[in-house]
Amino acid sequence: MVSHPRFYWGETGNVHTPTLFKLPIPASRNLVPTGYDYVLPDQNGWSRYLHFQSAWVVVLTGLLYATYGLFTGHFRYNLMSREGDLSWRTLSIAIAKNLRLERPSEAEAWTYNALQRLAYLFVIFVLFPLVIWTGLAMSPAFVSAVPAAVTLLGGQQSARTMHFFVSVFLLLFLLIHIVMVCRAGFRSRMRAMITGHASTHMERT
Amino acid sequence: MTNLSRRKLITTGLATAAGVTGLGLAARLAQRQALIPPDHGGFYGVGETLNYASHRLLTRHSLAREFPKSQISKIPVANEIAPPSEAFRRLQAGGFADWRLSVSGMVDRPASFSLAHLKSYPSRSQITQLVCEEGWSYIAEWIGVPLSHVLEVVGIQPQAKYVVYSSIDPGWWDSIDMADALHPQTVLAYGMNGPEIPVGNGGPLRMRVPRQLGYKSVKFITGLTVTDSLKAFGKGLGSASPEAGYAWYAGI
Repeated sequence: MVSHPRFYWGETGNVHTPTLFKLPIPASRNLVPTGYDYVLPDQNGWSRYLHFQSAWVVVLTGLLYATYGLFTGHFRYNLMSREGDLSWRTLSIAIAKNLRLERPSEAEAWTYNALQRLAYLFVIFVLFPLVIWTGLAMSPAFVSAVPAAVTLLGGQQSARTMHFFVSVFLLLFLLIHIVMVCRAGFRSRMRAMITGHASTHMERT
Repeated sequence: MTNLSRRKLITTGLATAAGVTGLGLAARLAQRQALIPPDHGGFYGVGETLNYASHRLLTRHSLAREFPKSQISKIPVANEIAPPSEAFRRLQAGGFADWRLSVSGMVDRPASFSLAHLKSYPSRSQITQLVCEEGWSYIAEWIGVPLSHVLEVVGIQPQAKYVVYSSIDPGWWDSIDMADALHPQTVLAYGMNGPEIPVGNGGPLRMRVPRQLGYKSVKFITGLTVTDSLKAFGKGLGSASPEAGYAWYAGI
């Protein structure tokens, strides 16, 4: 991204073709006209190694989690929306509560509300599959075996642009998620996430 | 110790033993099937090995995407190159008539080819995409002699595992495994969108490995070495790229 902060739509894109949009940041290569008169140091080597190693961690733990969620009914019982969940009333109440920075009540604190369910389902079944798909679609070797992976997305540069947006959404989700965990009681939430058991009394912090 | 916990102990022990044996077998199999990249050491070695091994299992014979003529980029990107050396400028002044490609290593008949000689072999033309790890890309028609044909002419020995290729720029060399070296789309290209390659795009002779990122398509090729081990080349990591922090395998 920093080596080429220009984004395109379609199959190809480079300094000679029009952009979809540009990020207003300096680049780490002087091939790119950015408007800045300096070039950032190149960090692509190790960051690509780290990126692909992390991708394996995400894919392998994701597969474990998805298998577990399907077999134990976690998705069905805890994440699928309940009757009435998707009504505007329920959703607007949840949104309003969040906007007022209201703390969840004792009873609400141990289930997922409508908004949470929607967000989790979206992250698990839309954003993660999309980020993996758009990532694979950029690999010249992978698409030699599975060309549809990139043609369905409209081209290699479209895949790159989508990969960028999906990763921004995932990052936003992560940040909001962390803020909410802190607000709901960092220690009790972390304990619940790691052990799978919720303590009976709520932490007051 | 109760029976139950003894049973548990035995099962856990057996499972661990099976797991360790399984991992050992997988490692030995990966070694035999050439699924371990030369830059497999260090912290990122696990990810790198998984990338390379999975790609080799999935893409050994698959063909890079080819495009219609209408999709050729109007201006092919000529990214920065090191200032040409004195030797390069001399060759360029002579219209590259004296450009030589030497082939050595584990071959029956080491040889040195002129461009005219390479052009006399059956050529392959393909319209493929060049994707840079930086993020940009372009599509061009590449014309050249398949590397597999040159290797056939010199006769590679059965123990050969890699082809090392080097540029006239002494700091720039790379290598590919036999799956890529014998792949029909891996060409020693002498033409791009026409009978010649502009110097900015790697002329007069450029390796084209279209199933990997642009940096594997080394410009100004002057030498090929066929080998069964990359340990003796540079720092033993397979190419100049890992020495500069970049992965040897660039199919991703």
